[in-house]
Amino acid sequence: MSNQLIVENLVKYYPIKDGIIPHTIAEIKAVDGVSFSIEEGTTLGLVGESGCGKSTIGRQIVALEKPTSGSIFFEGEDLTQMTASRLQEKRTNLQMVFQDPYSSLNPRKKVFHILADPMIHHHICTKEEAPSRVDELLDMVGLNRSAKDRFPHEFSGGQRQRIGIARALALNPRLIVLDEPVSALDVSIQAQILNLLKNLKAKLGLTYLFIGHGLGAVRYISDRIAVMYMGKIVELADADTLFTHPLHPYTKALRDAAPVPDPTLRDRKSSALTGEVGSAMDIPSGCRFKNRCVHACAGCSAVNMELIEAEPGHFVACPYALRFAETPKSAKGGAEHV
Amino acid sequence: MKHLLDVQNLSVAFRGDDRRERTVVDRVSFHVNPGEILCIVGESGCGKSVTALAIMDLLSRNGRITEGSVRFDGRELIGMTAGEMDQIRGSKMTMVFQDALTSLNPVFTVGRQLTESLRVHQGLDKKEAAKRAVTLLEKVGLPDPATMMKKFPHQLSGGQRQRVMIAIALSCDPKLLIADEPTTALDVTIQSQIMSLTRDLIHELNMSMILITHDLGLVAEMADRVIVMYAGQIVETADVYSLFHTPAHPYTKALMGAVPSIYDSSDRQLASIRGTVPENYTELSGCRFADRCDHACEDCRSGAKSEGTFSVSAEHTVRCILYAPESDKEVTSCV
Ligand SMILES: Nc1ncnc2c1ncn2[C@@H]1O[C@H](COP(=O)(O)OP(=O)(O)OP(=O)(O)O)[C@@H](O)[C@H]1O
Ligand SMILES: Nc1ncnc2c1ncn2[C@@H]1O[C@H](COP(=O)(O)OP(=O)(O)OP(=O)(O)O)[C@@H](O)[C@H]1O
Ligand SMILES: [Mg+2]
Ligand SMILES: [Mg+2]
Repeated sequence: MSNQLIVENLVKYYPIKDGIIPHTIAEIKAVDGVSFSIEEGTTLGLVGESGCGKSTIGRQIVALEKPTSGSIFFEGEDLTQMTASRLQEKRTNLQMVFQDPYSSLNPRKKVFHILADPMIHHHICTKEEAPSRVDELLDMVGLNRSAKDRFPHEFSGGQRQRIGIARALALNPRLIVLDEPVSALDVSIQAQILNLLKNLKAKLGLTYLFIGHGLGAVRYISDRIAVMYMGKIVELADADTLFTHPLHPYTKALRDAAPVPDPTLRDRKSSALTGEVGSAMDIPSGCRFKNRCVHACAGCSAVNMELIEAEPGHFVACPYALRFAETPKSAKGGAEHV
Repeated sequence: MKHLLDVQNLSVAFRGDDRRERTVVDRVSFHVNPGEILCIVGESGCGKSVTALAIMDLLSRNGRITEGSVRFDGRELIGMTAGEMDQIRGSKMTMVFQDALTSLNPVFTVGRQLTESLRVHQGLDKKEAAKRAVTLLEKVGLPDPATMMKKFPHQLSGGQRQRVMIAIALSCDPKLLIADEPTTALDVTIQSQIMSLTRDLIHELNMSMILITHDLGLVAEMADRVIVMYAGQIVETADVYSLFHTPAHPYTKALMGAVPSIYDSSDRQLASIRGTVPENYTELSGCRFADRCDHACEDCRSGAKSEGTFSVSAEHTVRCILYAPESDKEVTSCV
């Protein structure tokens, strides 16, 4: 199988402007040197701290923004080097379902037009075929067909998210960036959508980048999972091993913080992360997680956060990770590796 | 105990393009005790946000309360003047909205929005307000509060926006905080930080909270009591332990089965509920879940008990004919 998407050293900085004549006073290092690939027909899950750059990666991949540097190869061609017209062509193959179901749908268009207009524009179907194709899409995502005559604001959050998914599917994409597509959905619809996405993937050979906070959902849909922290990938492994055998201290903290649907376990949490989340403008030297890490030591300031293949197919950006791998609970006195 | 909030038979309807009114919240009754966290869960579109907006008197223009009473802190809110409502909203009762991007004003900086709320509701002067604003942003775990104050909403990540909203809501020390999906945009470590912070604040200040969420894990960690809604109605009310250990309504049971776990094997098909909520649910007689329920029979749709609510135990009620007292169950084929 071939890699459908290869991201190499992706960097995206946003300038912060101030003053009466705005000038750049600082930069937000939203994504700071990220590399990964996704095989055709598979799903890469992307999780991590809010603000760590997940949506930013998504926006670069579907070419909504131009990266500061780095390459994004989609089916062998570098999106960052393409001519505008070639990019326009490729764009229908790259779709994104947005995190915010409220602001991402045109409020003045009825659902029918939200779905049909792009299909007609891109010659996916004719005007005559559009109504039946729209019905099919609504069926697919579990909305009533009568939804097509209503406006986005008449729907609940979850219903709007399904419209967003239908819109992405409308253009027969090959790769879809799903930016928290199920966070706004109740668990039964979430289960429907996750199953739907899985079935569509199998049926249409789709490739997904699935961004999410719900670790259970990410685990369920993904083949591999990447964990991000402050613009960097800190761990990447098979979905089966990532949460059962996490290596990076941040991944462990994520796993331990995931709420468990059992009220008798509500006070179990001892490993809650302390320390302040760093700032993407003022990035600490060395390991970016060190001020919140239970195992932090003097050596961490010299860590360059390159991914190391600690075990076959299992990458981690912490050179000390393996020392703590098997004893996550008892490794309290983590200072001995100085 | 005197209830802080008492909602009785609240119904809300929206007028559509065709001028017809559609009832989306249908005679909902519940209460919130002082110091309590009440969670509302349920199918997307079942009326959770609308219920909250109705309590806050924030329904959009095509919506109205058609029936019912909302008593808050001993006073009836329905029928209050806009001025009286304004006073209560934003000081005694505040809300964090599901859509943080649209509820923050895009043309003002975070700092301006936060200090404005502090100056209006707390009567602080400009300097004090700015100081307190920075403290609040710190409290909700935002890095660089000083820089954050200068940013505009579109420059923040989804989770950062949500935390700004929470900071604004907490700024006025409310008695009741209504939070609509406040943490869906946050990663779990921040979620757990914010939620334990909120829980502490609630206990410390003897505040109450209504927490609307899809995340059953979060419910298990936060709730004292839980309301389950389906198609505009409350189908089950229980304390959090009963709800998770002995869920009664078939819909609640199905919800519990649909939660994906990080320890599951991914080749299992996640349990989901077949079908969708019927569009015309207000016109249906009997149980609105019947079409999707494995236990449904004729009596669920038309029987005399099909719209009743029954007690499972003292604090646990369910709207399902399966729990009708033995003596007056009409048919027993319903299993
Ligand atoms: N247009 C922009 N201008 C300035 N800063 C931005 C812009 N867009 C994003 N950022 C900043 O870049 C960082 C990464 O944002 P991004 O939206 O990618 O985060 P995320 O990982 O998707 O977070 P979340 O889980 O909260 O959605 C954040 O610090 C954010 O404030
Ligand atoms: N402004 C409006 N005009 C017309 N109908 C509306 C309006 N707002 C909500 N509705 C309808 O009211 C019903 C309840 O919506 P509500 O937003 O309360 O759902 P919810 O339970 O909060 O769902 P979610 O979990 O997806 O946020 C939905 O069927 C929705 O379509
Ligand atoms: Mg995001
Ligand atoms: Mg809602």
